[in-house]
Amino acid sequence: MRYIDEYRSGGLARALASELAETMPQDRALALMEVCGGHTHAIYKHGIDELLPPGLELVHGPGCPVCVIPVGRVDDAISLALEPNVVFTTFGDMMRVPGSKGSLLDARSRGADVRMVYSPLDALELASANPEREVIFFAIGFETTAPSTAVTLLRAQALGIENFSVFCNHVTIGPPLKAILDAPELRLDGLIAPGHVSAVIGSRPYDFIASDYGRPVVVAGFEPLDILQSVLMLVRQLAAGRAEVENQYTRLVRRDGNPRALEAIEQTMELRDSFEWRGLGSIPSSGLRLREELADWDAERRYEVPGVSVPDHKACQCGQVLRGLVKPWECKVFGTACTPESPIGTCMVSSEGACAAYYHYGRNRPKRGTVPA
Amino acid sequence: MCLGIPAQLVEIVDAEAKTAKAEIGGVRRIVSCALLEGDARVGDWVLVHVGFALDRINEEQAAETLQLLSDMGEAYERELEEIRKTAEGAA
Repeated sequence: MRYIDEYRSGGLARALASELAETMPQDRALALMEVCGGHTHAIYKHGIDELLPPGLELVHGPGCPVCVIPVGRVDDAISLALEPNVVFTTFGDMMRVPGSKGSLLDARSRGADVRMVYSPLDALELASANPEREVIFFAIGFETTAPSTAVTLLRAQALGIENFSVFCNHVTIGPPLKAILDAPELRLDGLIAPGHVSAVIGSRPYDFIASDYGRPVVVAGFEPLDILQSVLMLVRQLAAGRAEVENQYTRLVRRDGNPRALEAIEQTMELRDSFEWRGLGSIPSSGLRLREELADWDAERRYEVPGVSVPDHKACQCGQVLRGLVKPWECKVFGTACTPESPIGTCMVSSEGACAAYYHYGRNRPKRGTVPA
Repeated sequence: MCLGIPAQLVEIVDAEAKTAKAEIGGVRRIVSCALLEGDARVGDWVLVHVGFALDRINEEQAAETLQLLSDMGEAYERELEEIRKTAEGAA
């Protein structure tokens, strides 16, 4: 397929790997964080980690939208799904995320009308086709997904579809990166920035990482060659003592992002004072809620939600995995009590979660050449 | 869910509602083109994410990145070839 096959050439991958081995500084180990769960998935799917020189480690980051939703918000979602006359719509991955008393899938088996949708527009369509029901959409995701929810809300408003509302859990990528860079327990040398979030926000919002933290950043595409080339660009910067924001994914990402997408978010959503993240705790100005003008479409204003903060399952180390402190195989329940079929934590549920990626591609032990963070 | 997939627009469905049919890996589905600059056109390559064309894929840049990578591959293959020759000569 166009724009996929060309970026998967094995010969080019080997050439990049050999250039990488030559560029790699001999006197120190490097830890690079791939922020996005889509990158984590691609890295294990294509065995990119196997092509890296010794001393170069990839650390998985918090960029998995399903993974970062805390238990309390899942409980809120289930409470909304159990409201009378509600059709609760969600992306498939969220169905199996355990709350404190089961998942949305469990709620469905108890009689809640929970339905999987591919797009928020499908949820709006469902509302339009079933005017006697109340359709709620469980909106999750970073800036990649927020514009889709925003455009759907504007459409609902324009068409006057009143039996539709959004349970908004959209989050922004900058604040958790700052929290990770501020944490004393993890030392990162550079960041591979998420390509599709950056298609919306551009590469400019990462400037603070280079200027304030002295770490290089490369915005990367999702094909194997994109990721390898981005790693090489980071190692070149580090070898030369540079810390800049570079863009490898120029076929999609511009310096200032997509103005129409940013405008749609701006029109419909505003920053919350703070939002709770799984593993990262409450982070100021990191979550989005609907603006007052859209109160009629805001599920949190239309219904009562418990809104309680609930700690993770005791055995689950998802929080540490999301902060890059623990590798999935180091978690005590990985692959035993916690599997994709019967997950305890979000990182095992989502196809973009680091635990699911490791499990799916048979990575259940330390890799050659890995170094402690 | 966060993954985006390159797709080509094959039919404009509703110009007012900004919807088009996109072919995604052999499957056709209606996507919203509300986030694209200007009017969607049949033949446009876009990145589709949760039913929205997030943006157009820049063909020129796609080709440029690929060319950059290919040049590197050729340079390396040439170099490897030379190393191989030297190694044989040495043996």
